[in-house]
Parts: sequence; C-alpha cells; structure tokens
Amino acid sequence: MTFLFFIFAALTLFGGIGVVVNRNPVTSAFSMILSFLGLAALFIQLNAYLVGVLQILVYAGAIMVLFLFIIMLLDIPKAENKRFPVFTLGASVVVVVSFVTLVIAVITKSGVGAAKLPAIEAQKGPGQSDVHQIGELLFSTYWFPVQIVAVLLLVATVGVVVLSKRELK
Amino acid sequence: MDVTTIAWTVLLLPLIVAVSILLGLKRWSGLASLVSTGSAFITLFLCIRLAGGGDDLEAASFSWINMGDALQIDIGLVLDDLSRGMMLIVTSIGFLVHLFSLAYMKDDAGKSRYFAGLSLFMFSMTGIVLADNFIMMFIFWELVGVSSYILIGHWFEKDSAADAAKKAFLTNRIGDFGFMIGILLVWTLTGSIYFNEIAAAVGGVENAKLLNIAVFCVFCGAIGKSAQLPLHVWLPDAMEGPTPVSALIHAATMVAAGVFMLARVTFLVESAEMAATVIAWIGAITALVAALMALQQNDIKRILAYSTLSQLGYMIMAQGVHHGSDAGMFHLYTHAFFKALLFLGSGAVIYACHHEQDIWKMGGLRKKMPITFITFAIGTAALIAVPFTSGFWSKEAILEAAHHEHLWGPYTLAIIVAFLTPFYMTRLVIVAFFGKNRSDNADHAKEVGPIMWVPLALLAFMAVFSAYDFLTGPLMANGHADIGHLIGHFGLTATLSLTGLVVGVSAAIYFYKGKDKDPISIPAFADRFYIDEIYEKLIAIFQDGASKVCDLLDRYFIDPIVARFPAMTAMTTGSILRIFQMGNVQTYAFMFSIAVVALIVFLIS
Amino acid sequence: MESALTLDHFLIVSGFLFAIGLAGVLVRRNIIVIFMCLELMLSAANLTLVAFSRFNVHEGQPSYEGHVLLFFIITVAAAEVAVGLAIIVALYRSRETTDVGKLNTMKN
Repeated sequence: MTFLFFIFAALTLFGGIGVVVNRNPVTSAFSMILSFLGLAALFIQLNAYLVGVLQILVYAGAIMVLFLFIIMLLDIPKAENKRFPVFTLGASVVVVVSFVTLVIAVITKSGVGAAKLPAIEAQKGPGQSDVHQIGELLFSTYWFPVQIVAVLLLVATVGVVVLSKRELK
Repeated sequence: MDVTTIAWTVLLLPLIVAVSILLGLKRWSGLASLVSTGSAFITLFLCIRLAGGGDDLEAASFSWINMGDALQIDIGLVLDDLSRGMMLIVTSIGFLVHLFSLAYMKDDAGKSRYFAGLSLFMFSMTGIVLADNFIMMFIFWELVGVSSYILIGHWFEKDSAADAAKKAFLTNRIGDFGFMIGILLVWTLTGSIYFNEIAAAVGGVENAKLLNIAVFCVFCGAIGKSAQLPLHVWLPDAMEGPTPVSALIHAATMVAAGVFMLARVTFLVESAEMAATVIAWIGAITALVAALMALQQNDIKRILAYSTLSQLGYMIMAQGVHHGSDAGMFHLYTHAFFKALLFLGSGAVIYACHHEQDIWKMGGLRKKMPITFITFAIGTAALIAVPFTSGFWSKEAILEAAHHEHLWGPYTLAIIVAFLTPFYMTRLVIVAFFGKNRSDNADHAKEVGPIMWVPLALLAFMAVFSAYDFLTGPLMANGHADIGHLIGHFGLTATLSLTGLVVGVSAAIYFYKGKDKDPISIPAFADRFYIDEIYEKLIAIFQDGASKVCDLLDRYFIDPIVARFPAMTAMTTGSILRIFQMGNVQTYAFMFSIAVVALIVFLIS
Repeated sequence: MESALTLDHFLIVSGFLFAIGLAGVLVRRNIIVIFMCLELMLSAANLTLVAFSRFNVHEGQPSYEGHVLLFFIITVAAAEVAVGLAIIVALYRSRETTDVGKLNTMKN
C-alpha cells in the first residue's frame, strides 16, 4: 500500500517536472499525461474510483488530446531556444522554495496531517458504490449547480465557436 | 365588482390611460381625447356606484416600504363618507371638463398631451382623496402639482404660460416643504403616518406646543396648494393654462385639496387650538384680500381666480373653526360645481370672442350667447349666495359655524367679504354681458356648440340644487339645505349676508350700468397690493446674495480643495503605480505569487 | 484495514505538485505550456480535496461532498481549457507567436 503510494506519487511529481523542463511542447504534453495517470492512481488509492476514472477520461483523454491537437495545429517552433533569464529563474526558485517551505510549515503546525488513513466499510451492494453516492448527491442536493454547469458548458461551446470563426486582424 | 376592485380601478384607470396616451396614442389625438374622456366617464360611473352606498374600506393596501417597527408605509385606500363625496366631485366635474375640452381643444396641436395631462391629474387627485396615510397623500400631492405644472404650461411657447407654470410649481414647493416637515413632526409625536392611527394616538400627545407647530406645518401644505396668503400668488397666474384646466384644477378640485386634507385630519386640527385659530385667521384674511383684489381686475379669468381665492379662504377658515370642518367641505362641494360652471362659462365666452379675455372689450354678449349667459348668471347667483342656491346654504353654514364659536375676528372679515363678492361678480356680469359690444371680437361672437353648453347646463343644474338632500344625501353627513332651520333661526348671520347681497348688487349696478370703462380706480387693488413685486424684490435680493456666497465657495473652496487636490493625488499615485505595469504577464504572475506567499505568512504567524 | 499512510503524505505530494506547476507558470514562455502548468496546479488542488474527503469518515463512509466539488472542478476546467485554447489560437492568428514575452502591448 505505502509502496504503491510512493511509486505513484513519484510518477505524478516527475511527470509534472517533465512538463516544466521539456523544451518541446509535445513532450511536455506527454509528461503531463503521465503525471495525470499517477494522479488518477492516487485517487483510486483514496477509494475515489469515479474521480480517478474521470481524471483519466476527461483530463488525460479529452483535455490533453485537445492540447496536443492545438500544439500540432499551430506548429510551434520546437522550443524556446534561449535559455531562461537568470533573474526569472532565480526569482521563481525563491518563490517556489518559499512556497514549499510554507506548505510544510502549515502542515506541521496544524497537526491535522498526522491522521492515519481511517478504515471505511467495503462498498459492495448496488446502493453502496461511490458512483451511486455521488450521483445521488449531484441530483438531489446539488441539482442547481449541475444545471448551472450545464449552462456554462453550453456557453463555453458557443464561445469557442464564436472565437474561432471570427476573422482577427 | 366589490368595493376594493372598484376603488383600485378608479385610481389606476386614469394612470393607465395617461401612460398609454403618452406611449402609444400620441399620434391619434382624436382617439386619445376620446379614450381619456371615456375613462373619465367610467370613473364617474364607478364613483356614483360607490356613493350609492356600500361598505367603508380601510384595509385595501399593499406594503411599500417596510423598516420593521420604526416605519411601515403602505399604499392603501380608504373609503368613507369624506372620500366618497370628494371622489364624486372630482369625477363628475372631471368628466364634464373632459367633455367641454373635446370642443374647446378641438384644434389644439398638443391635444393628446393635454388629455394625457388631464388623465394624470385625475389619477393624482384620486390618489389624494383615497390615501389612507400621510406619505401616500404627499406623493399624490406632489403628482397633482406636476400635472398642474404640465397643464398650466400647456401653451409653453408663450413665455407667460411657461413662467406661470414654474411659478405655480415653485410656490407650491414652499408649502410642500412645510407639509413634509409637518408629516415628520406628526410621525414623531404619534408614531404613525396612518390617519386612523394618528386619530387614536393624538389624544395622548403631551407636547402641546410641538403639536401646534406640527399642525401648522401640515397646514403649510394647504397654504401652498389652496393658494392662501402669503402663497396665493401662483393661482391668478395659473389662468394662463387652457380654461377647462382652470375650471377643473384651479377652481374646483386641486385647489380644494388643501381643504380636503385639513378635513381629513380634522382631529389633528381640533387638538391643536392655537394652530386652528391661525388657520381660521389666514383663511379669513385671504378671503378678504382676494375679494378686494377681485374688485379691480379686468381679465375675466382673473376675476374668477380671485373669487376662487376668496372662496377658498372661506373653506380654510371653516377648517380652523371648531366643528366647522363639515361646513367647509360642504362649501367645497357646492363651490366646485358653480365655480367650474363659471370657469367653463368664461371659457365659452373666451372661445366665442376669439380668445379675448378683457371684460371691457366684451359687452352685450347676453343676446349673442343666451345659453351661456343664463348658465353664467346662475353660477354667479350661486357664488354671491342668492338664497336657495347651493352657494347660499354652504356659505351660511360656514358663517354660522364661525358665529357659533364666537370667532369674531374672522367672522367680521367673512361678513365684509359677503358684501364684496356680490359687488365684483355683478360688475363682471354687467360689463361682459350687458351694454353694447365694445370690440369686433365681441361683435362676432356666436353661441357655442352643444358639446360646450351641455356641460354648462348640467353644472348650472348642480349649482342650484347640489345643496339639497336628494343630491347630497349620502355624501355630506352634516351639510345640506335646511329651509326649516333657516326660517326658525333667522338671525344675525342671515340678515347680514342678505344685506350684503342686496347692497353689493345694487352698488355694482349703480356704478357700472352703461359704462364703457371702469369708473373706479384703486391702484392698490388692481395691482394686487404689490405683493408680487415685493416677492420679486425679495427673491432677487436673496438670490443675488446666495449666488455670491456660492461663487466664493466655488472659487476658493471647491475648486482648490475638492476638485484640484484629489485630481493631483490621483495623478501622482497613477504615475507611481505605472512603474509596475511591465506589460509582461509573467511578471504579474510573479508579483501575484509573492503576494500569496506573504499573505500565507501573515495568516499563519 | 489500517494503513501506514497519513494525510501528510497526500498533502505534501499535492504541495509539491502545486509548486512545480507554479514554477512552470513563472519560467516558461510558451503560453500553451503555461496553460498546461495551470492545469497541473488545479490537479494539485483536486488531490487535497479527495484526500480531505477520504480522511473525513462518518459511519464508515467518506464524505462525498469533496468528490462532488471535484466533479464540478473537472467540468469547469474542461470548459476553461476549451475557451482558453480557442483564445490562444485566436491570439496566434493575430500575433504569429505564443511567446508571452512578446505579448506586451499593455506595457506602461
């Protein structure tokens, strides 16, 4: 269990690092898919099966394909051949390091993180699976946000069509 | 239909008509005028149904402003004897004036605007009459002012009309300001703005001085709207509007709103003795001063305007007299008919004489316009209180009330007015209708058409008989013609007023019979005691002073401190902040992340 | 089943993932890659949500509210990516570049 966790966490993080350091956007995109696969595995380890599957289907499947499609459509020159400016690099390192330090400080200070993974009852019966539970929440308590999100998706679709049809000068 | 529906219909129908004329029917002025007249007829019909009995209505309201326990304002309607009677006056005269206007304004370019204004006025006036609280009444009070402004200024191309409209509006505003303060004071004292709740609470008010002030401030509203001294100056000028408007608004209904309002809050007036005395005095003085001014006017509508002022003075005086409120309302009711009659009659005369208004350029109209003459004469008879006409009964009622309460000062003034009124009205009739034609316009005058004289005839009927039981029965609880009482108690008042009538009429006949120009000349009366000139000077002085102060403030305070200092600050700050606008998205992201980190540090430390 | 894993494990992974994404946003100049790094940061946030939901157990069931929120985030992210990429394409058409360093018309 713990062993698997470390493997998948490493996969996620190295995938992420790959996105940042690769000069070729296509490679970056593939690293990102890798990272998302690891993330989905972490979700499943947390008994979040539906979310894990969604992560793969929507993110690694749909969204990343869209990215790749755009990258290839635009036919972007291979890389930013220039090296990163020293100032930018330094500043980013400072920010990122201080951020990580802060996260660790917060986690240790609050103390909630020490909690062990609590046991949950096995999900067996038809009314027990997390898909069932989430579905019930979505269509009872959260029915209104679902409608709103549906409208949002429609608006986004229309917006994309409008954006790509218009002749920009 | 039940009472609630009828009441709301009566209130809202004119508004709907006014709006639809303004928004849609403006181009088809003929249709607009018919729709407006039709709505006036429907409201009249409904009001007759209401007057024929039915329940009182108090609770038909919806909440408008709700501030918890502190203040709740509803838009609510109240139907009782007072409002039913007043509604009948408003709608019946309103309908006849609409009818008359169909002919009078036939060829006017702004016909639809005119009828929209009339409908708006009907709406506002209905609102005043049916209001069940001070705030709602105040709103409609102002709306009445607006519609009056629109209608006085109907011929706004004429400078005099535009000026008169402005004058009316501004003068009214002065009174309304007092009214507003009065409403707030009453609210402070009794904790309510509803008439019925104030009536219940007013007995418990301990601060009598403040109550007097409050009542006086409320009365200020009536001073403005009912054109009492010293705010009477707008009413004669308001005659610049079309004559039917003068009949409806500036003679019969709107100017009576002040009287109606005082009658609505009789309980307040009666609880404030000092204010009541002031009210009685102001009414009486107005009646006298206006009658004196009327003696020397030459414009037919102005004479009628001053006589209106004078009669309003009577009504206001009655409101100030203990137990006189009913008499005042009774006079309002009879006066509305005969004064509307006189104004419409003068309108017919003016129409026939091609918009000639000077009585010295008329003359001999008796033979050319017999129907107009007869109806006008009947109206005059009612106004000068010839016995057994409606005006006689109501005037007697007011004088009796003052006599009964031993208010000798106002009573004496009112009796003097009873001498003056017959004099100036007889002068008007003799000069305009008798003698020979003194101008071409009068020479070519013809009798007006039936759309004009039918309203005159109806009003003439009402001018004589409106005081009798079969017409007032359900409306005026304590005011009606009572012949038995008159004969049984034939006393000082009746003797004096009959003497006044005989003396006034004979004097006028003696002085004016066969004259071609005015044999008497009293400049002070003709120039209205120079009150307008004095106001003009005062306003000029105050305005100059105030504008000087404003100028200094603007130049040495607002300009440098309020205007330039913030401008400089904004510019300096802007140029400093501009440094940070690198135009590079990543720099922004970088600053943003630093800020986030700083925020977290701040939060956890 | 008792496990040795604690909430800390997941939170720290999430924190690192977020930091990596942030670093990418700050140093990369290709706008598409910056956009991908943003998605990375969003996923890091998702991980904390699921972790907190898993560690908040009532009557043997994790609290599924976190999952529902995640569902919404993924949906909104999909919409955002679609619109964002459309904007990038439009931008590329008009400017012939994806380098944010050259998109500086707002300078001063």
